Amino acid sequence: MTIAIVRQRSLFGVVILASIYSFLMASVLIVLDAVDVAMTEASVGAGVSTVLLLATLHLVKTTEMNQVRPHLLPLFVSLGTGAVLVWGTLVLPPFGTPDAAIHKHVAPRYLADSIKETNVPNVVTSVLADYRGYDTLGETTVIFTAGIGVMLLLRKARRRNRRDDAETSQ
Amino acid sequence: MSYDLVLRVGTKLILPFILLFALYVQFHGDYGPGGGFQAGVIAASMVILLAITCGLDLAHRIAPQAMVQRMVPLGVLIYAGTGVAGILMGKNYLDYSVLAQNSASGHELGIFLVEAGVLITVAGTMTSLFYAFVERGR
Repeated sequence: MTIAIVRQRSLFGVVILASIYSFLMASVLIVLDAVDVAMTEASVGAGVSTVLLLATLHLVKTTEMNQVRPHLLPLFVSLGTGAVLVWGTLVLPPFGTPDAAIHKHVAPRYLADSIKETNVPNVVTSVLADYRGYDTLGETTVIFTAGIGVMLLLRKARRRNRRDDAETSQ
Repeated sequence: MSYDLVLRVGTKLILPFILLFALYVQFHGDYGPGGGFQAGVIAASMVILLAITCGLDLAHRIAPQAMVQRMVPLGVLIYAGTGVAGILMGKNYLDYSVLAQNSASGHELGIFLVEAGVLITVAGTMTSLFYAFVERGR
């Protein structure tokens, strides 16, 4: 599917393939029992980001421009990054090991005390909004900042266009 | 620009259920999967679906642009304000235990308020991003 996305010249096809990919990833996450993440992936990755990308295609042309020459450097950078990441996973404990370090730090306390301390049975929610409240505040601020940024970018250009129109009409 | 009749009627039929599902995801987030982020995206997708099938004017009528844009900072303010309440009551920032009589229900209320803030910011941001793109394309 990645090769199909890379080979595809029509950007519409790329967006749809990326959306299908997100949906498959959501299914994988459900199989891994990460339902909260799967829900986010399905709604954001497959849903809203597809709509936003299609809205962007509405603004730009829908076919990719022909490349003047093949870029080898980005290929090597991405292959290198991938190799480093795979190399990093080699020293991690095998998937699903119950006595891995990450399961012994604070996770047992969260699982044991979450209901008693917060009255919230879903530990994912209590960790996200309570134990890790600062992180979620940061994430919300990131969404706020990104949204404001994109809105300002799009709006500023529109105003300038209008001023240009006014100047040309005078 | 005319819109397909079947699509329009079908969309109008499922719109309330999409919003209901968003609210379910929001308020059931304490017990099952979901939370403010997912619910905000689903609520925004309702407005986007309406705008796609029935036109931007109708979407502007149920979710006015000024309101949607004010929702973006409002949610962050609700979240940060919930934290400030902890400071005012003499505890740490984002310490929810001061919000109610006993610590556990204070935490429950705090999580509720914080999730509401996330919902408002995410729904506002997604909707106004869509509005911004569409307005630019006109």
